Amino acid sequence: MAIAEQQPDAVATLGWTGVLHEWTTTVDHKKIGILYVLMSLVFLVVAGLEAILMRCQLLVPRNDFLPPNTFNQLFTMHGTTMVFFVGMPILIGVGNYLVPLMIGARDMAFPRMNALGFWATLFGGILVYSSYATGGAPAIGWFAYAPLTERTFARSAATDLWALGLLVSGIGTLTSGINFIATILGMRAPGMTLRKIPFFPWTMLWTSVQIVFAIPPLTAALIMVLLDRNLGAHFFDTQNGGSAYLWQHLFWFFGHPEVYILVLPAFGMVSEVIPVFSRKVLFGYEFMAAATAAIAFISMGVWAHHMFAVGMSKTLDLYFAAASLLVSIPTGIKFFNWLATMYGGKIRFASPMLFAFGFLSMFLIGGLTGIMLAIAPFNFQLSDSYFVVGHFHWVLIGGTLFGLFSGLHYWYPKVTGRMLSERLAQWQFWLLLIGFMLTFGPMHISGVLGMPRRIYTYDANRGWEFWNQITTLGALIQVPSYALFVINITWSYFKGKPAGDDPWNAWTLEWATTSPPPSYNFEEIPHVRSRRPLWDLKYPDDPDWKYE
Amino acid sequence: MAFPAQAAILADCVAPENLSIFQPASPAGESIVSLSMLVLAITGGILVVVGSVLLYCVFRFRVSSSDGKEPPQVYGSVPIEVAWTAAPAMIVFILVLVTTRTLWEVKIPEPQPATGDNTLFVTVVGRQWWWEYRYDYYNGRQLGFTTANELHMPVSAAGEPRRVYLKLKSADVCHSFWVPRLGGKTDLIPGRVNTMWLQTETPGLYLGQCAEYCGTQHANMLLNVIVESPEDFDRWLEQESAPALVNETVHRGRETFFRLSCVNCHAIRGTSARGTYAPDLTHLMSRQTLASGQIPNTRDNLRKWIHDPQAIKPGNLMPAFGLAERELDDVLSYLESLR
Repeated sequence: MAIAEQQPDAVATLGWTGVLHEWTTTVDHKKIGILYVLMSLVFLVVAGLEAILMRCQLLVPRNDFLPPNTFNQLFTMHGTTMVFFVGMPILIGVGNYLVPLMIGARDMAFPRMNALGFWATLFGGILVYSSYATGGAPAIGWFAYAPLTERTFARSAATDLWALGLLVSGIGTLTSGINFIATILGMRAPGMTLRKIPFFPWTMLWTSVQIVFAIPPLTAALIMVLLDRNLGAHFFDTQNGGSAYLWQHLFWFFGHPEVYILVLPAFGMVSEVIPVFSRKVLFGYEFMAAATAAIAFISMGVWAHHMFAVGMSKTLDLYFAAASLLVSIPTGIKFFNWLATMYGGKIRFASPMLFAFGFLSMFLIGGLTGIMLAIAPFNFQLSDSYFVVGHFHWVLIGGTLFGLFSGLHYWYPKVTGRMLSERLAQWQFWLLLIGFMLTFGPMHISGVLGMPRRIYTYDANRGWEFWNQITTLGALIQVPSYALFVINITWSYFKGKPAGDDPWNAWTLEWATTSPPPSYNFEEIPHVRSRRPLWDLKYPDDPDWKYE
Repeated sequence: MAFPAQAAILADCVAPENLSIFQPASPAGESIVSLSMLVLAITGGILVVVGSVLLYCVFRFRVSSSDGKEPPQVYGSVPIEVAWTAAPAMIVFILVLVTTRTLWEVKIPEPQPATGDNTLFVTVVGRQWWWEYRYDYYNGRQLGFTTANELHMPVSAAGEPRRVYLKLKSADVCHSFWVPRLGGKTDLIPGRVNTMWLQTETPGLYLGQCAEYCGTQHANMLLNVIVESPEDFDRWLEQESAPALVNETVHRGRETFFRLSCVNCHAIRGTSARGTYAPDLTHLMSRQTLASGQIPNTRDNLRKWIHDPQAIKPGNLMPAFGLAERELDDVLSYLESLR
């Protein structure tokens, strides 16, 4: 408890400049983790407001609330921000804070590189947003299909700043991927073999493997764009023999693993939360672990399912359809194991479990619409329609965000030493669930009714109006939900109930140290004999290692 | 002989503004719908089964307060894991099979034009932000005229298909040709030639729009496909193949048009206007819409368009020329004579 008072003390002893110095120069994985999460929350608010502006424009047909290019800039920035400056950094941030704690290490393997990763990501974000200073952000869409990114079609430096920003933040992401791999492979507590690591670090390991494979192709492609634009190269300059098709392959070779980079850590978080709140050990750990690795492998061979409309051969269409469908097998294994973990348990719906339930129910639907999109001929109709927009938001919010909120509510007491308000958390959950379904459910219908994505306006007689209005209503319902979360984490930081070391009666190592943990994490590095070291400690008569 | 009446009824059932992919009017669209229905049934079944198990677990095993005793710990079961690996694998196998069948139904290689094949060949060029249609062959006959924003095609009859093969190209950035009721979309990618085919037994107007983000006016790159009887189509072909009509009553407008820079971008067949950058105007007045389907082709709209295209379609590549009222009226009269 004494350590919970550390922050106010720090201000008193160091002064504000001292605290600022402390946080900007820190190489402590916990502080860096917090920086990542706070940065991502700021970008989440920015990108959320961008979405609200777009929804206002689409509220009525032929609306002139926003000029076409402003709208096009908004969806470019919304997508770019959510993927690169919210989704990835917030998951990396949570991983940064927790992986060393959960595997019983004192820090990440490369603490200075860890700091570099954060600052590169933040600097990349600032670079991307500085494109507004050129008179407007790029209007190229987050996947920036060539040759829209060539000088001919995008003349201002906004596109250069965008590419440069992603290049720099990509280096940050890459360093954190390498760091996680080194940490997880090399710094586990004695006795914690690879088969005994908790599930969240296991998913972070495979996420990192994907980062290491997926980010470099993007980096290379961005360098090619910059060469085209600034040194007269012709990689994607179709008027001089460049290839628009090449960009799509390079981008999606990054872009599809990216989807799993964004969702595997969420799988890991709910795989920690569901057992603790069901009071049961994770069912089928080995199969879950293998399924994670299988998803990571298969996901690197499915990228062109984003490109079914580009006119590939039937053979290629079939390969990419089959490979994409294959992903549903390990994903199904995971899902069934979560259900089996809950089955026969004693489930307590505290906020982390509530969000985990939101994750399970919504991810199920998002996965099934994913199967529809993997069916190549069906995809000829659905591709680039609002159905796709509905689908991937269902997976990224229903899957990643609900999973993430589950994790944030679960670990907040560890990070701050204080409990979140359950009441606010429940309000946040229900507003988010309802708002989310109203926003993205109707998109599936407007897509089936022929509405393409990325249009700044539409005609009145298409039958799209009603569904767009429900979508906008849903988006507005989501706003107070995020506001409540910000209020909750702020209020609880000062006034929340003290949490103690182990408020959830959980089983992994992070709960064995104080809340918040000291900078060295553990006074003594624990010895581990099973996947649930704290269970062994709490039930010495019936320890896990007897069964594993 | 029952066919035209039936077709008329069908055409009445679905308004042109209905773009639902579940109202297909082409063999490809129908193949996709029947596959989709199977996929929807399978995924719907999975949703009901897995969703029920989830809800059962939630309600059956929920406790409000813990009695401090832990439930029995079950670490896993190999037979169960094998079962729920095998079941989805079988579903995936079935889905791959039906996907294969439909893929081979909807993706057909383009044949060579031949006399008596009743087949239309059109090259579609996507441009920011309108569609260029080059009519290549019909029934083995070479055509060789260019028009814009309105794809005319003949209707098929039972046992007498009149297919349209489209060669898809792009003059600038990526676009995508999507008329939902006539089947899936195919991208138009600069530096690549894609193909797709259309066929329908229901005459009428089919709407769609560009489905790949292509810049400022992506939202207003609308598609109009007009399916008409073989006779009407023949008449249309004949009219479109002819050079522009010369009408001496509008010679002042004609002179104004050729004096201005209109001809740098626009072509009017049979005249010195040979621009290839903008829509061909040879038979402008035969088209129902302006600005790629955005507004009806009326005198009033045409006047507004020539006066300031940017007010109607901000960002489009036609500048406002600042014509005097009289010049504007003259040009308008000339364009109106291009029937």
